Amino acid sequence: MKYMLMIHQGTAPTPRDPEEWAKLPEEEQNAVYADYQAINETPGVSPGLQLQPAETATTVRVQDGRTLTTDGPFVAVKEALGGYLLFEADDLDAAIELAARIPAARLGGAIEVRPIAEW
Amino acid sequence: MVASLEQVFRDEWGRVLAALIGRLGDFELAEEAAQEAFAAAAERWPAEGMPANPRAWLVTAARNRAIDRIRRDRTLRAKVRLLDVPEAGEERMPEMTIPVERLELLFTCCHPALALDAQVALTLRTLGGLGTREIARAFLVPEETMAKRLVRAKHKIRAAGIPFRVPPAHLLPDRLAAVLAVAYLIYNEGYGGRRELSAEAIRLGRALAELMPDEPEALGLLALMLMNDARRDARFAAGEVVLLRDQDRSLWDLEQLGEGRALLDRALALGGRGPYVVQAALASLHADDPPDWAQIAALYGELGRLTGSPVVELNRAVALAEAGEVEPALALVERLDLDRYHYLHATRGELLRRLDRTAEARAAYRRALQLVHSDAERRHLERRLAELRPR
Repeated sequence: MKYMLMIHQGTAPTPRDPEEWAKLPEEEQNAVYADYQAINETPGVSPGLQLQPAETATTVRVQDGRTLTTDGPFVAVKEALGGYLLFEADDLDAAIELAARIPAARLGGAIEVRPIAEW
Repeated sequence: MVASLEQVFRDEWGRVLAALIGRLGDFELAEEAAQEAFAAAAERWPAEGMPANPRAWLVTAARNRAIDRIRRDRTLRAKVRLLDVPEAGEERMPEMTIPVERLELLFTCCHPALALDAQVALTLRTLGGLGTREIARAFLVPEETMAKRLVRAKHKIRAAGIPFRVPPAHLLPDRLAAVLAVAYLIYNEGYGGRRELSAEAIRLGRALAELMPDEPEALGLLALMLMNDARRDARFAAGEVVLLRDQDRSLWDLEQLGEGRALLDRALALGGRGPYVVQAALASLHADDPPDWAQIAALYGELGRLTGSPVVELNRAVALAEAGEVEPALALVERLDLDRYHYLHATRGELLRRLDRTAEARAAYRRALQLVHSDAERRHLERRLAELRPR
């Protein structure tokens, strides 16, 4: 099975927000970096591309043939996708265990695990 | 013949389905094949007689139908596990594998990636062999809603890759707790009067205890359900709630109570001290005449530490009061954050009455009456209120 793990940062501090990030003790900051590195090196993981913060998003709709753009992500900023990775695993339990190791999950965010459609 | 056929179907459904899912690795395919096999049996057995090993007949018939279907669907690649199994005659059905497969099925049905209501419905459908209509009726939802819930859950099991297996050791404690919680939830749905659900929960509990004979919490849960259920005929009289101390003990099912106590002893001997074992011990102590309230209060204290539940603390207060410690019991009740819970106010009213603080007792009973939902309990509270002598 192949899964996409979508990382929602929620209120989790990230280096993209230096002020909030600085509130984390240094050892916790180092643990976050080390955890992401360990996850990316886990067999079966294909790291996703880095996304700029949700505030930089533009949302596009087409109504009556006209293209409408709005500033910001489709969902609320706090709920927006922060990043993702792909994971080839035996089953959902393995994917849940990997998701639980992603730092965002313990720092106020959440990981959505979705199976990839295979034909 | 008809009755016994129904009984066989009921007993065998979960086992046959578990065996099929284990071989096919596909919930929906297994269920469709099982349904076809049971339909074929319903047609043929009354005329031809029941086979010597009905379960093996059903599994083999269902398996052959599943293979036909797979060949038709040409999705062989995903279903190799089935084809690894050599053609099996009835006599070669491995009897021993079925209990393990039922257990695997149970853990799949109670996977935390499924919503709790879906876990309950799937468990009743697959292991209990209840029909969609019966489950819908038991949970007071339209049949169509229940059918959708089941389809959605089965689809998710396959699409999301929920594994069909007993979880590895590091996941087992959490996952076992989920399985036991589903069985206990079904039991409690039945405790309010829907007896078919309590009976179903006890059947599940028996299966769990049989499948995990060394797991104290599984034994504790079955013991708890059996002992509470043993008092079922004494809990209501003419539609009114009868408190434990007023119950007619001749209505208790003593054989079932004894079975529960024997299971509790085994769970304790295995070193069980988890929440279900402690609750079973409490159920056993409550059935003593007279109950040892001091020991009951101490056990509620232990259960409170395990669960952190304020409702358990409320029960501890009741036990303390019965043991003669009314003032400490009242102090405990007044510390609890359960203002919306009518039992809190009813208990407080009773304790105040015993302390001759009648006006406060009356106010507490009135507050309980504002919150109560069940008519039988409302009448009970109104009687208590009327019995308070004016001063």
